[in-house]
Amino acid sequence: MDFLSSIFIDPFVQIGSYPLFFVEVVIGGLLSGVMYSLVALGFVLIFKASGVFNFAQGAMVLFAALSFAGLMEHGLHWTIALALTMGIMALVAIAVERLVLGKLVNQPHIILFMATIGITYFLDGFGQTIWGSDVKVLDIGIPQTPIEIGGVLINQFDIFAAVVAGLLVFVLAVFFQKTRVGRALRAVADDHQAALSVGIPLKTIWAIVWTVAGLVGLVAGIMWGSKLGVQFSLALVALKALPVLILGGFTSIPGAIVGGLIVGVGEKVAEVFWGSAFGGAIEDWFAYMLALVFLLFRPQGLFGEKIIERV
Amino acid sequence: MLYREAGQFKTSYARDWSIFPIAQDRIVVFGMLAIAFIAVPALSNQYWLMTIFMPFLVMSMAALGLNILTGYAGQLSLGTGGFMATGAFAAYKLSTAFPGMPIEAVFLASGLITAGVGVLFGIPSLRIKGFYLAVATLAAQFFLLWLYNKVPWFTNYSTSGVISAPPRTILFTDIYVTGPQATAEAKYLFALTMVVILALAAKNLVRSSIGRRWMAVRDMDIAAEIIGIKPLQTKLSAFAISSFYCGVAGAMWAFLYTGSVEPLAFDINRSFQVLFMIIIGGLGSILGSFLGAGFIIALPILLTNAPSLLGLNIAVDVVSHLEFMIFGALIIFFLIVEPHGLARLWQILKEKLRLWPFPY
Repeated sequence: MDFLSSIFIDPFVQIGSYPLFFVEVVIGGLLSGVMYSLVALGFVLIFKASGVFNFAQGAMVLFAALSFAGLMEHGLHWTIALALTMGIMALVAIAVERLVLGKLVNQPHIILFMATIGITYFLDGFGQTIWGSDVKVLDIGIPQTPIEIGGVLINQFDIFAAVVAGLLVFVLAVFFQKTRVGRALRAVADDHQAALSVGIPLKTIWAIVWTVAGLVGLVAGIMWGSKLGVQFSLALVALKALPVLILGGFTSIPGAIVGGLIVGVGEKVAEVFWGSAFGGAIEDWFAYMLALVFLLFRPQGLFGEKIIERV
Repeated sequence: MLYREAGQFKTSYARDWSIFPIAQDRIVVFGMLAIAFIAVPALSNQYWLMTIFMPFLVMSMAALGLNILTGYAGQLSLGTGGFMATGAFAAYKLSTAFPGMPIEAVFLASGLITAGVGVLFGIPSLRIKGFYLAVATLAAQFFLLWLYNKVPWFTNYSTSGVISAPPRTILFTDIYVTGPQATAEAKYLFALTMVVILALAAKNLVRSSIGRRWMAVRDMDIAAEIIGIKPLQTKLSAFAISSFYCGVAGAMWAFLYTGSVEPLAFDINRSFQVLFMIIIGGLGSILGSFLGAGFIIALPILLTNAPSLLGLNIAVDVVSHLEFMIFGALIIFFLIVEPHGLARLWQILKEKLRLWPFPY
């Protein structure tokens, strides 16, 4: 009985008696969800354009953050470090396209997926070989102190992250809708064969997509890195982005954002109000269970394209 | 010349249906078995048995299980680690709750319990497929490990969280196979016997009607449904049997290999490791499971020892990072060179041997 009441009654009593605290938890969840969305965005970009489930996105986040922090440690101004890291991510993208994806054209999806796990191992090892495995502190001058808005405490840094994520999505939307390259990207995402036949260079497009995903990874890396410190565990953030993906659908950019917000809020609320009933640390699997239950009712995710199957 | 089927006539149906219809295949297989059962324990020392052959056997078992699910039935799963942990904890709970239970029965029962858990987490496969399913099976991985970590009942309320396997003997004998009294040879032979029996069972399963149903669902599930194959039974039976193998593998890991039951050994990296094995070895191949397991077990050991063998002096942490890099690069290299896995190389070799020494 104690257990049942700690699941079905106590949390609601708690919510009812401290509504402001609940709002605070929800807002905290929304803002941490933004961080998940940032990682999920990179996944979606690559999946849309090349149909590759890029497990290496987490490793790219870590690698970008390591490079940025490493360059800044060498005394470079942050603008120069940023530009150099962007260059490095572009090089990584081109190398991935040339050395891995280009050689695996027409292979089944699972082989490409395994190849990206190989890239994950390689990038994890490479980044730590070059920059060392100590925790790096990344300070981009945004205070981590909470401020009070309307009686609710909100972390300043999280607001900054949300603004950056919003800007990023806006820039990406403009890039996809208004530029020549963006149109080509959308064409490739729709249909590889048709895009090829109207003269869109597939290989160049893939290199561009991986570069863009790398830059999104860089933004995510800087955000996560300045929050948690740049360290190996950053690569595990990618695992948190996976339930976000299936919630939102693999092919939808708005889906990645909304999925991230749902996972962020769900996780925080569950941990704060229900966590003690289950013995804590339910954050590890809650997002997956949420996504699993969700998938049973909507297999293609929130915004995914409807799955039509023909024999 | 060496590998020709000419002149070998099959005069009965039993001969026609045999697993190895060609005499040369039989010679190779029985030769390998003789080496594994007699030469390996006789010639290798405890270090080799316990650090190379034992993990190889355990991981082959897990790879067999995942290959049934992913290679034959086409359901991508990343929950292998969670299922192995289920097997390990089931075996621990059974053997401590019923001290009189023979160890063979403990292993089989823990496999059956894991099969039940596998079916539970296989239910979403009826609605979702491909990468969505792969991510969904991650739920099994994280949830199950969290459960064994958090609920003290599973560890018999042990305070340290690390629990050791109780000593047990083989049925009708007093030869210890688990616990501190067990010799490496006894553990090795016990594990080998189980792997051989279950591999034989797997080989027969995949060439029987249930195996053909799995392959039909893998190749195109809607078409399979139209010709009268029930997706519910087919997919769930694949999950059940695959989880059975993974569960036995987990019990073997905990009882025979490390001797202690700890959730950390079955984390997400274990799932990826098994997936690597079946893809490097060959999807949809029993032989491939063994080749892949051998490759993935041997590679890190080789990489760790390579710098000292070459006389290079590199710091330990740099070596471990370099290992990561080389491991990743080799995986990619293998996928590019032979996406069908090591089993396909073996097939090519057999074709070549058929004509050798003539060019055609």
